[in-house]
Amino acid sequence: MSIKRQKWLSHFLTYLLLILGLAVVAVPFWYMFVTSMKPQSYIFEMPPRLWPEEFTLTNYIEAITRDKFDLYFLNSLFVAVISTVSTVMISSMMAYAFARMNFPGKKALFYVILLGMMIPPVTLLVPQFIIAKNLMLINKFSGLILVYITMNISQQTFLLRGFFEGIPREIEEAALMDGAGRWRIFSQIILPLSKPGLAAVSIFTFLYCWDEFAWAQVMMTDTAKRTLPIGIALFQSQHLTRWGLVFAASIISFIPVVLVFTMFQKHFIKGISTTGLKG
Amino acid sequence: MSKLHTKSFKESATAYLFLLPGFILFALFIFGPLLYSLRISFFDWNVIRPERSEWIGWENYVRAFTDPIFRSAIVNTIAYTVITVTGQMTFGTLIAVLLNQDIRGRTFFRVAYYLPVITSWVIVSLLFEYMFSGQGGLVNYLLRDILHITSENIRWLADPILAFVPIDLLGIWKGVGWTAIIVLAGLQAIPEQLYEAAEVDGAGNMARFFKITLPLLRPTLVFLLVVLTIGGMNSYVSNLLLTDGGNPLDKTHFILTYMYERTFKNLEFGFGAAISSMLTVFIFIYSTLQIKLLQKPAEV
Repeated sequence: MSIKRQKWLSHFLTYLLLILGLAVVAVPFWYMFVTSMKPQSYIFEMPPRLWPEEFTLTNYIEAITRDKFDLYFLNSLFVAVISTVSTVMISSMMAYAFARMNFPGKKALFYVILLGMMIPPVTLLVPQFIIAKNLMLINKFSGLILVYITMNISQQTFLLRGFFEGIPREIEEAALMDGAGRWRIFSQIILPLSKPGLAAVSIFTFLYCWDEFAWAQVMMTDTAKRTLPIGIALFQSQHLTRWGLVFAASIISFIPVVLVFTMFQKHFIKGISTTGLKG
Repeated sequence: MSKLHTKSFKESATAYLFLLPGFILFALFIFGPLLYSLRISFFDWNVIRPERSEWIGWENYVRAFTDPIFRSAIVNTIAYTVITVTGQMTFGTLIAVLLNQDIRGRTFFRVAYYLPVITSWVIVSLLFEYMFSGQGGLVNYLLRDILHITSENIRWLADPILAFVPIDLLGIWKGVGWTAIIVLAGLQAIPEQLYEAAEVDGAGNMARFFKITLPLLRPTLVFLLVVLTIGGMNSYVSNLLLTDGGNPLDKTHFILTYMYERTFKNLEFGFGAAISSMLTVFIFIYSTLQIKLLQKPAEV
């Protein structure tokens, strides 16, 4: 009987702590949502309400129609999709070479990939800016995309190499016997077998591009070409007290992330826990 | 013999072709910039007319270390890193241990705790700015009217020390979900039989945690320590948005917000490059040493 009670008590404590933690995580999000639904006159109300007196969508309508916000959204989508597709293509090719092929310098080149993972992105900001300037990439989407691909390929190559190594060799060996080339094996056998791995890598890359702030802020000064994070930060500095508006814009920009994450959360969490990579 | 030779030559050529696009990008946007950065850190760099840049040797480095704002930025960055790494690892481990039990709704909790991780730094920074607002934000209301700890509103973001309360809390709040997932993966790799054997020997919950869980979790915790420390040293966006990059009085800078200000606002590219190079070298040495000294986790 006492063991049963002890078990019950430990279960109770577990849930209590988990729910407490959940509240700490959820209250800020809920507060953001509620604020985005408040009319401006209630933004600094005292006491601050977690359940607004009246719900309104005016902030959302204003956010979408104002300050090229719709354009920022499309810019972000364009940059993130192109970067993600290119990153997945380039890094799966590299990963395949490292996983399955033999060539001189393989170890050294793989070490370069690991090195690329260790270099903190923000410390590259200054020299990347100068090089992008020399290559006439400032204020161009291609400048954003090329750097985003580069900052992602080492991590994704590392992840995909592990994934490809888990595919049984026999499948390819049969094809090699039949005289199929490496490219055909890669594109017609390996890639279709790797959908979960490719999904995880795509989500990592998409999230990175969708949220990236430092590089976009430094190199995109053309207002028509800004991406969402820059747009939202500027939104806030231009409308200092219009928090409802700022959070409505934030929530709209957060929707694709939540959609992508909940759809693929299984692959995603597996990808993180097996490789220890930061999402 | 020669046929085999041509075959392996062909194989190598194909492999290099597979690697080529990625390595071109590496050379252009990572290793090229890295070396270039090192070079311009020895110049009084003129970004508009680079040919007029003047070689000044170690002067940018000397200036950095005699600069009181840079020194306070180092202190701030280290303090932030120590506090947020400790916080993330403590709470992350706690959450992981709780989630490692046989309970309902595990997936739900995992996803929920992960939400702050996938939210962009810009959004969560603005959210914390609003919650910690000096004129009646949610936090001030909680402290003053509900808990009665303070008698008036605290102007968090206007004070050079208090400004770190929201910045540090944000760092922990945003990172804990990721830490928990990694620790959880480490916990699930510990064989169940060890706990069963300990239970037979009469070891209590505490003894089992300290005698089995923690030692076997060591590689995971070392890995986390390295990655989170690097993350902390590279902190940037939250500080930039919450304190407008170093305000009040340039006392709340992080290394990178200061680098950003000097480079892109004052156009001192040489000085910025010197700071970047130092941070890169430091992080390199730090992570290599840390991994060598404290053993490498098996799975990474």
